[in-house]
Amino acid sequence: MNFTNFGRYLLLLRAVFRKPEKFKIYLKAIFQQMDFVGVGSLGLIAIISTFIGAVMTLQIAFQLVSDFIPKTIIGSVTRDSSILELSPTITAIVLAGKIGSAISSEIGTMRVSEQIDALEIMGINSPGYLILPKLIAGITMVPVLVIFAMVLSITGGYLGGTLSGAVTPAEYIQGITTDFNPYTIVVALVKAFVFGFIITTVPAYEGFYVKGGALEVAQASTRAVVVSCISILACDYIVTQLLL
Amino acid sequence: MIEIKDIEKSFGSNTVLKGISGIFKEGLTNLIIGGSGSGKTTLLKCMIGLHTPEKGSVQYDGREFIDMDFEQRIEIRKEIGMLFQGSALFDSMTVEENIMFPLNMFTDHSFKEKLERVNFCLERVNLEGKNKLFPAELSGGMKKRVGIARAIAMNPKYLFVDEPNSGLDPKTSIVIDELIKEITEEYNTTTIVVTHDMNSVMGIGDYILFLHEGKKFWEGSNKEIAHTDIAELNDFVFASRFMKAAKKNF
Repeated sequence: MNFTNFGRYLLLLRAVFRKPEKFKIYLKAIFQQMDFVGVGSLGLIAIISTFIGAVMTLQIAFQLVSDFIPKTIIGSVTRDSSILELSPTITAIVLAGKIGSAISSEIGTMRVSEQIDALEIMGINSPGYLILPKLIAGITMVPVLVIFAMVLSITGGYLGGTLSGAVTPAEYIQGITTDFNPYTIVVALVKAFVFGFIITTVPAYEGFYVKGGALEVAQASTRAVVVSCISILACDYIVTQLLL
Repeated sequence: MIEIKDIEKSFGSNTVLKGISGIFKEGLTNLIIGGSGSGKTTLLKCMIGLHTPEKGSVQYDGREFIDMDFEQRIEIRKEIGMLFQGSALFDSMTVEENIMFPLNMFTDHSFKEKLERVNFCLERVNLEGKNKLFPAELSGGMKKRVGIARAIAMNPKYLFVDEPNSGLDPKTSIVIDELIKEITEEYNTTTIVVTHDMNSVMGIGDYILFLHEGKKFWEGSNKEIAHTDIAELNDFVFASRFMKAAKKNF
């Protein structure tokens, strides 16, 4: 994003937070979006998190082959990596692809088919009506999905580690319960909140200002996913630097 | 009544509107006509606030629109109905939900009252019983009629129509034109239609404003348009073979 785009993005956000015309209508839209962002992504996040946890445990076990290192470390490393980095970031990047492209194409199609103009003419604040429910769904449901991903990633690690014999159930459970710092959960949730904001607003911006036809909507969708992923990684670094 | 004064609009170095003025009266079907690229849709968008002109004024019954902020414009926009070129119906909503949408947003009526209004509007455009269809299930002419039904749902004082006949067969075009004319007279709306369709011009043009290369070249009624000696207007009006042949009878 260059500075012009960033400026327009901020102006769009300002418009998003204007007072809604009717809370009841917005509330209904928020619940629909929460269902789409949260419930609609549960399956995908479950599969990805479980496998990532399992693979991570196997790789840690493979790299920590030493008599001087207790095997409980495998559980500890899996737990901290899952909570602090993999669950928030991988979940966010997957959602940027799934949710981000959907948001961008939905709003982009509405733009090129004059549906956004129709909203404006009716006197409706189109950024608020179209983006605010998605934004609220993003910042509430992404943290929920991240917690879900953390649990499944650690569970996947348990399954992968014990089924392969890399670690015993007792060692793994001792590992994930030893020296647990709850602050890591706070850091992960802050990341999830920020990522939820990015996943919904960046694609919405790309879709809202699209010009042209089907090709431009598709290009905006691709750009939305790319910019969202880069923004997620940049914010991941910034939040980690600030909070740890 | 809508009065525009000296409207100028540019896109980069390209000046699209060069000082357009005109008065569009209530109860009349006012047409803005001109060839492709003449600036008629840009003028319409300046009038409804989708574009901001660099110069000039747009007054809705004496209320200056261009200087208004977003909140102030809402009050005027509640009085505006618009039919877009592509109908601009909300794809994910049924016909009923599309027409009910502005009522949901801006009124506190009960569902029953809103449904009655929806059914009245649908009846008015001869689409009774089509409530549960989605836009994808409608023909081009039906979409336009649903667009008109949505536009009149809030009893607008001002009705804007952008290229109502684009993509429609001549018979359906006449139906849409007559519907616009009837609604204008019935509700005494200030109706502004952007078109380059000569059937519309001759059929419903109570007041016509002709644009050419971003300038106002002529204004008058459909009774006068065929009898001018303005070359640019005659080139436009009598461009088709049919109109050339018909000219002999004027």
